[in-house]
Amino acid sequence: MAINFDKALGIYEDTLLIREKRAEILSQNLANADTPGYKARDLDFKSLINQALEMKSAPNMNRTSAGHMSTAEALASDSSLLYRTPMQPSIDGNTVDTDIEMAQFAKNTMDFQASLTFLQSRFRGLKGALKGE
Amino acid sequence: MSINAIFDVAGSAMSAQSVRLNTVASNLANANSAASSIDETYRARHPVFAPILQNAMGDGISDDPASQAGGGVQVLGIVESDAPLDQRYEPNNPLADEDGYVYYPNVNVVEEMTDMISASRSFQINVQMMESAKTMAQKVLALGN
Repeated sequence: MAINFDKALGIYEDTLLIREKRAEILSQNLANADTPGYKARDLDFKSLINQALEMKSAPNMNRTSAGHMSTAEALASDSSLLYRTPMQPSIDGNTVDTDIEMAQFAKNTMDFQASLTFLQSRFRGLKGALKGE
Repeated sequence: MSINAIFDVAGSAMSAQSVRLNTVASNLANANSAASSIDETYRARHPVFAPILQNAMGDGISDDPASQAGGGVQVLGIVESDAPLDQRYEPNNPLADEDGYVYYPNVNVVEEMTDMISASRSFQINVQMMESAKTMAQKVLALGN
């Protein structure tokens, strides 16, 4: 019964990647809050995590198409990026709502730290197993 | 690591907002600088913001969403306002022309004040964002301890 990092770390590795990417996208939205014509972007956490779960549950599946991507690849390809529907569109075509973006950014930071804590506990578990405590 | 990208993005936004604040300061400082001809008169200045495109292929206005994924902000340039100047009849002013007119800048003080508030708020938001990114990066570095 060998220790397998992939199994031990579970889904938290992927959630951390997604949270990190989302923080970057939300920061771009906030940075462009005053840029005329800028369209706010976001990514769909649910669909990305479902994709990652499917890959984890069927590890022996073969990749037969370039569209079958790991979480890291999907995040890098930009195909997972969506446009936000503006609540109060402004006259210069900018769809960034600073309040919404700021709240989402704060929430995302919290979620990131939660994932990190889970990952931390997994490492603690591995360490405990290795030391036989 | 995308957390490092946040520092670049927030940094570019902070520098863009400081350029904006700089133009506001310049406009407000010169709001009452009279001149004797239209050409010499100070005109209100405003920065033009545009997103930095990460993979700017071609014109950057294509329909491909991948090429529109924004990075930070850049200031494309500073434009001078075309609004009409304020012409006043002040024959006693040493700067008056032959007809007794002096020209005042087309700076709208109310507009500049709101611009100033908006710029400083946006700056604050970016500082907060950087703070969060810093915390996130520190937590990641401490992982596994």
